[in-house]
Amino acid sequence: MSAVFAVERLKKSFGGLEVTRDVSLSMAKGDRIALIGPNGAGKTTFVNLVTGHLQPNSGRVLMGGEDISRFNPMRRVRAGLVRSFQVTRLFSEMTPEEHIGLAILQREGRSGRMAGSFRAMPQVMREMRNILETLNLSALATVPVGEIAYGQQRLLEIALALALRPKVLLLDEPAAGVPHSDTFLIENALAQLPDDLAVLMIEHDMDLVFRFAKRVIVLAAGEIIFDGSPQAVTEDPRVREAYLGSYVHASSAA
Amino acid sequence: MSAPDIAALQPIQAARPWQRDLIGVAVILAAAIAGYFLFPDNLALLTRIIAIMLLVLSLDLVTGYCGVATLGHAALFGAGAYAAGIAAVTFGITEPLSMVAIGAIAGAVAGLVSGVVILRGHGLAQLVLSIAVIHLFHEAANKASTYTGGSDGLSGIAPDPVFGLFEFDLWGRTAYGFGIVLLVLVFVLLRILVRSPFGMLCRGIRQDPVRISAMGASVKASLIKMYVISGAVAGIGGALNAVSTQVVGLDSLSFTNSAEALVMLVLGGAGSLYGAFVGTIVFMWFEHVVSAANPFHWLTIVGALLIAVVLFAPKGLYGTAVTLSQRLTRSGP
Repeated sequence: MSAVFAVERLKKSFGGLEVTRDVSLSMAKGDRIALIGPNGAGKTTFVNLVTGHLQPNSGRVLMGGEDISRFNPMRRVRAGLVRSFQVTRLFSEMTPEEHIGLAILQREGRSGRMAGSFRAMPQVMREMRNILETLNLSALATVPVGEIAYGQQRLLEIALALALRPKVLLLDEPAAGVPHSDTFLIENALAQLPDDLAVLMIEHDMDLVFRFAKRVIVLAAGEIIFDGSPQAVTEDPRVREAYLGSYVHASSAA
Repeated sequence: MSAPDIAALQPIQAARPWQRDLIGVAVILAAAIAGYFLFPDNLALLTRIIAIMLLVLSLDLVTGYCGVATLGHAALFGAGAYAAGIAAVTFGITEPLSMVAIGAIAGAVAGLVSGVVILRGHGLAQLVLSIAVIHLFHEAANKASTYTGGSDGLSGIAPDPVFGLFEFDLWGRTAYGFGIVLLVLVFVLLRILVRSPFGMLCRGIRQDPVRISAMGASVKASLIKMYVISGAVAGIGGALNAVSTQVVGLDSLSFTNSAEALVMLVLGGAGSLYGAFVGTIVFMWFEHVVSAANPFHWLTIVGALLIAVVLFAPKGLYGTAVTLSQRLTRSGP
């Protein structure tokens, strides 16, 4: 198994508080991993350490064997490590078409061009239309994002990540804020992600986790306490204690 | 609407912006000709309006398109004006196009310097840094009186005829024509720029810089690039002012000039080149007419106008007009 992405012995503390303690994991092509954990487990800190928005006290982040620990966030994106946001971050006055066009141009290193338009670039337009079609956004291609429904903004967030052709995709709660009746839209979109893409999803919605993930990693108090199959996670006593206890209770109560 | 419908619409949408730009150029030229015949005695004022328009367009690039808050943008305009003036007076470069080119370069350099300083801050800190920048530029020009003439201003700028043919006359006809040509050229180039991938990137930066960096693009590098371009535009405006008035005063590098440019931009509507035009014309014409009628209270009236616009037309005069006309066409058949 060749790792496209790996984290080695990552540690981070704020003052005396250890938020990430010795976290190691590796991902292979095509992985579908869910990272779960109770609030305050250090999931967000972990994402920020990986994307370069925080510097770890020690440990390394590797992409395809290359140490990217010293890369700034933008270089990490260019190396193929792309994230989505828990709360959508989109350009409210721009259309989905413009979002995807800009992402493709950026990926190709042409976003600094001072003349022309992506609309006059046939291969950009073709790719843009394919991506929007895959995510069922074609009908909204020319509507300003501020005017489209939140569920569809969520899809665009995924589309935008795909347009950057990542090797590793970090999805930070892709269904957050989407009404439960609409999570199937997100699920369908996630099912369409390219097969060779390694995906790490942070998610609270356990139904989504169990349907999406082939592997579940549980983070609690800054440590990985479980790393294994979704079937095994509910059996694990430590996980039950740290996290799933509340979920099991909640679902049995419901 | 199904996907094939949208595909069919694309060529039309691709063609439309160019047509709109041509209409824009036609409107500028028509307004210029109308101005020439309607106000033959006010050509100097009209030329000054053009120079300030270039400053406001330049400010629009960083504020309207990129979302940078600045009250120091006249530094770029003044740098262009002084560079063109000093080139003529001290170094004997009196060919007008060369003076404009020197102004553009000086403006770009000033844009780079002030951009590097201003972009270190965000929000309020950014605004304060921009105020510091304009005061430093002002003071530097004041102290370097050997070259700039200090508080007396830099006089004795005598530009050659344009292309050796059109002499700068007493009525300011040549200066006006020269200004219009520069304005149209800059307008066309800026239309291409704001529509380009880079223009789109900058609009993205204004709406969400975090997203832009999550796409792998450098926010800082893009903003500095835009500041340099903006500096060149403001520098051309400054140089035009130096060529047409044949003097450069410290007021071109003043906080007041910066603040007024921002007011004009907000008045017309930030984030649109047309908004910059409208705001400059309305503000300066208002100033001209109202200050003649009531020299003591004209600023009060301008203030009232501004409050009215900000409260009732927050997108500015042009932005609001566009919204209204869209609403009318949508509700129509």
